[in-house]
Amino acid sequence: MGLLSVRSLFTEYANEGGGAVKAVQNVSFEVPEGKLFTLLGPSGCGKTTTLRSIAGLERPSAGDIEVAGRLVYSSEQGIFVAPNKRNFGMVFQSYAIWPHMNVFQNAAFPLEVRGLAKTEVRERVMRVLQAVALDDLLERDATKLSGGQQQRLALARALVMEPQILLLDEPLSNLDAKLRDRMRSELKRLQRDLNLTTVYVTHDQSEALALSHEIAVMNEGRIVQIGTPRQIYEQPADRFVADFVGMTNFIGGTVTALANGRCVVSSAMGEIKAHASEGVRKDAAVIVSVRPEDVELSEAPPAADDRDNVCKGTIDAKDFLGDYLDFRVKVGDVVLLAKAHPSLRTPTGDSIYLRMKADKCVVISSR
Amino acid sequence: MTDSVGRLAPLPALAPRLDLKWLVIGVAVALVVWLALVPLVFLLWQSFLTPQTAAEPARYTLENFRTAYLSSDNARLFTNSLQFAVGAAVLSLVVGTSLAWMNERTNTPFKTLFFALAIIPLVIPGILFTVAWILLGSPKIGLLNLGLQKLFDTDAVFVNVYTMAGMIWIDGLHYSPVAFLLMSAAFRSMDPALEEQAAMSGASILQIARRITLPLAWPAALGALLILFVRAIESFEVPALLGLPVGIHVYTSSIYQAIHQYPSEIGLAAAYAVTLLLITSLGTYWQSRLSRQGGRFSTVTGKGFRPRTIDLGRWRYLTATIFIVYFVVIVLLPFLVLVWSSLQKFYSAPSWAALRRVSLDSYRAVLDHPQFANTVWNSVVLALGTAITVMLVSAVIAWIVVRTKVPGRWLLDNLASLPLVFPGLVLGLAIMVCYLYVDIGVYGTLWIIFIAYVTRFLPYGMRYSSASMLQIHKELEESAAMSGASWSMTFRRVVLPLLKPGLLAGFIYVMIVSVRELSSSILLYSPGTEVVSIMIWELWQNGQYVELSALGVMLIVALFVLVLLAQLAGRRFGIAET
Repeated sequence: MGLLSVRSLFTEYANEGGGAVKAVQNVSFEVPEGKLFTLLGPSGCGKTTTLRSIAGLERPSAGDIEVAGRLVYSSEQGIFVAPNKRNFGMVFQSYAIWPHMNVFQNAAFPLEVRGLAKTEVRERVMRVLQAVALDDLLERDATKLSGGQQQRLALARALVMEPQILLLDEPLSNLDAKLRDRMRSELKRLQRDLNLTTVYVTHDQSEALALSHEIAVMNEGRIVQIGTPRQIYEQPADRFVADFVGMTNFIGGTVTALANGRCVVSSAMGEIKAHASEGVRKDAAVIVSVRPEDVELSEAPPAADDRDNVCKGTIDAKDFLGDYLDFRVKVGDVVLLAKAHPSLRTPTGDSIYLRMKADKCVVISSR
Repeated sequence: MTDSVGRLAPLPALAPRLDLKWLVIGVAVALVVWLALVPLVFLLWQSFLTPQTAAEPARYTLENFRTAYLSSDNARLFTNSLQFAVGAAVLSLVVGTSLAWMNERTNTPFKTLFFALAIIPLVIPGILFTVAWILLGSPKIGLLNLGLQKLFDTDAVFVNVYTMAGMIWIDGLHYSPVAFLLMSAAFRSMDPALEEQAAMSGASILQIARRITLPLAWPAALGALLILFVRAIESFEVPALLGLPVGIHVYTSSIYQAIHQYPSEIGLAAAYAVTLLLITSLGTYWQSRLSRQGGRFSTVTGKGFRPRTIDLGRWRYLTATIFIVYFVVIVLLPFLVLVWSSLQKFYSAPSWAALRRVSLDSYRAVLDHPQFANTVWNSVVLALGTAITVMLVSAVIAWIVVRTKVPGRWLLDNLASLPLVFPGLVLGLAIMVCYLYVDIGVYGTLWIIFIAYVTRFLPYGMRYSSASMLQIHKELEESAAMSGASWSMTFRRVVLPLLKPGLLAGFIYVMIVSVRELSSSILLYSPGTEVVSIMIWELWQNGQYVELSALGVMLIVALFVLVLLAQLAGRRFGIAET
């Protein structure tokens, strides 16, 4: 069992018209100790509501939330622990650095409200500020910090009280692209070093894939799929996950043969040998999902065994993007997106060979 | 046995615990209801009673409303009030809008300096502004008349402020800075791209003004007009000092007269007050509906743009002259006439003979006045107490309204803003009646004036508090809760310090309006609880003009210092939100 477990969480609130908005529906997951768990989804999918429910800033309408054997919320038993009694650290999207305090005062606040002795406060604050490399800016006004420094201060303030779990609400979304990459790896190093159980909320799939031990993809208030980053990316459970996490090609068709987790789909571009996910039935209408980087292009006919799909198409368009090329290749009536190394210089209009490994073609039911 | 225990066990956890937050919310709600609603109920009730005398107890009657509505004087009273209020509002709006346009939209020289100067008249209490203009425009002693008579060698009266036109002139002029501020904000927030687009479409400056600028400014102007109308119909000083002596009655002066005649007719005053309250409520309601609809016309884009200004060419010297004349008429003349009069032993017009008699005796007389020390003390205590109470209460209410999801919080917001529709005199009357019947020992003490001030200025405090509360990001509070801080700790360590600049500005503003307050105090003071504005009123009634002027000059200087402090404080404690 995990250190944090969320069971059958429901949250509803009234909208302006008086109707009920079902923000979170039947959300359950477990986070083992020391792991980073990500809630990933588009805006309005309920991920932030779920995080705020764990924090205690929002009151769900039903469900249980348990941390290390302590129920902090239970609708059945009428338990609701106030956020200030939960001892969870949180970094907000806006960082919420108090503008009337300096760096030290911001970081010291959680310890001061706990009534710790001055010397201990100082010692612990210094330690945590050192960890985020802000120890030379103690007296700096919070308003005079850069975006990255604010983010690190917010993190320090969440860590200084040695929280049971750390909650992060899109902590990188306010930074510019380069800084975001740097802070992302720094965050990951810190989380792994301190072995902190963390719940991370983001709408950015690359952040989620890079940071997480496990990801829950959410849509319209529900969890659609839980899995490791690799599972989420390589074996998306449905069309939404495949589409939301990374770029992909969808090819519609019907299952004609099914055996040993493999199947054959008949589609507008011919037969496709594919990996069959759970619940795929024979004769069912399905979609095959193939990532652009798994569509290999070559001018000469490629070597192929019986697990590969090989076909011939025409180049419809191509875009040079520096580190790779985007090709649109027409096979029959189907247009496929493919990523290729910039060394491939086949001109538009020429024909080209495509190879797709059966493992990389994921069959998803098309409902 | 075990069964019943097992079933009962979960209950205690479900029962909401009484924590400080709910206690504070409860107290705030009860306080606002008590302040805003209870006096209103007593006022209504009183308007249906006959006067209580030793011989006869009060009984229910419709006589008050019959007198107030059906007597032949009523039509005159109603038209007088409307004429006065509409006249003053229109004058303020025309003057204020023209100045605002010149200031915001043209390249008139020295306009930044002018913006600072234009706010000064708001500091001068209404009663002093009126008295100053009497000294300038009275048919017998007015300096303007004496000067013009000397110039043309005649006895003709050129200016007479004891007329409806004179009343409109003084009241309209005194509140023109309000119109100036409201319209400046409207002009400033107008996106110049809207006008530039019209210019690109081939429209001339006149066409742009008529087809684009005016329609865009129209909702703001109508809103400003309603605010000014409500304020003018509540106005007491001008109708009392100028209207009453010559028999031009409006609602406010009639309320005052009904109470101060013998035997006093509180029921009749209450009936007048109810009528006045209806008018101000209608005006305020219409204005708030207008500003809500205003979203459609929203001119505020939130983008930082520099409004384009129109090059007036040589005409800008004319607009600069208008600014100077305005400043002379509204600030310099009234203040100088008070200074002059304060330096005399007996009031007399400026002349070489009078100049030789200049002395500081009147100041000495005021300082030696037996009531002076006590009166100033009362004013200071009331101003400080009111400002602290109003800002604390409004900070809590603003927090409830903006941050919590307590059901019915919109009602709390509206209740706290309700006193806006109370004219000062009506509020004074309602509170007087209320605490005559609810005897908790405040009647005849400073406390009753304190209650009136807190009620009257709570809406102003609300405006400052909600505006600053809305600027504080919600996550700043939530992160304090996540850090383990309790509600009261969060409020004390995070919310209040962040509100500080706004609260401080509101605090000083409430202090200024408290010191200036006359129309509520005049019904509530008793011997020993006079405030400075009442002392000015009494000096006027006694004809002690030079002492009044000396006290007035000192008061204006003190208020001016307060305003400077406010601006200084705003800069000193301003926190840049990032």
